[in-house]
Amino acid sequence: MEYKYKVSCSKSKLGDVREFLNKVLNENAIPEVTVNSLVLAVDEICANLIIHSHNCNPDEHIDLRVKVEKPNGITFFITDKGEGFNIANYEEPLLSDIVRQKRKGGMGLMLVKRIMDEIEFTSDRKKNVYRFHKNI
Amino acid sequence: MVEIKNHLENDIFTIFVIGEVDASSSIYLDESISEATKKHKKIMVNCQQLEYISSAGLGVFMSYINDLEDKGISLVIYGLSDKVKHVFQILGLDQLLKITVSEDEAKRMVNGIQV
Repeated sequence: MEYKYKVSCSKSKLGDVREFLNKVLNENAIPEVTVNSLVLAVDEICANLIIHSHNCNPDEHIDLRVKVEKPNGITFFITDKGEGFNIANYEEPLLSDIVRQKRKGGMGLMLVKRIMDEIEFTSDRKKNVYRFHKNI
Repeated sequence: MVEIKNHLENDIFTIFVIGEVDASSSIYLDESISEATKKHKKIMVNCQQLEYISSAGLGVFMSYINDLEDKGISLVIYGLSDKVKHVFQILGLDQLLKITVSEDEAKRMVNGIQV
């Protein structure tokens, strides 16, 4: 099964993204704790793109595609235009540095890396595609 | 959206976090903890009605760890649902923050009594 959703680049739309994902995942009888962590990972990516790649410009948008292939797993494709960010090369900060520097950000992509089994980034002149896969 | 309510009983200030804390709403949690740490030494955060937290919310708690220690403030988080607790556990934040299950245990912890 495939599901699609288009989201405008505003932080206030993150709740709608989560509602869409919750509905899709619950329809496919995924356990609650897994559903929440997958919703979280996609929310983190969308929040990062909305804030850092699109400067919260509601005229721009991100496309989500969710592919559920039981029993193999779930694949999330997040596509946008603009400056891409190669998440596969992301080096995570140390938690002790975050605490010491009193940083409120920096843990989103750490969560994504822990939650997803595969992370892939591809980019051409037209678009960036962030692909995440979770085995179930 | 998130709703924040406060309650003061004796010297314990409790913050009730209700709803969803994400990149758009974490500012409200931040403001309420910031205010609480200016006036109170014993703070409990009731998360019984917290349905969702993202890294923005986790980051709020993490950013106060040093200040709490410096100012001798005890802050205890309690009442997390399984799915929200799991989010704290993914990065091991449950080892860095004071988290417990019930309100009674939270009271004992905030008062400095070993649970």
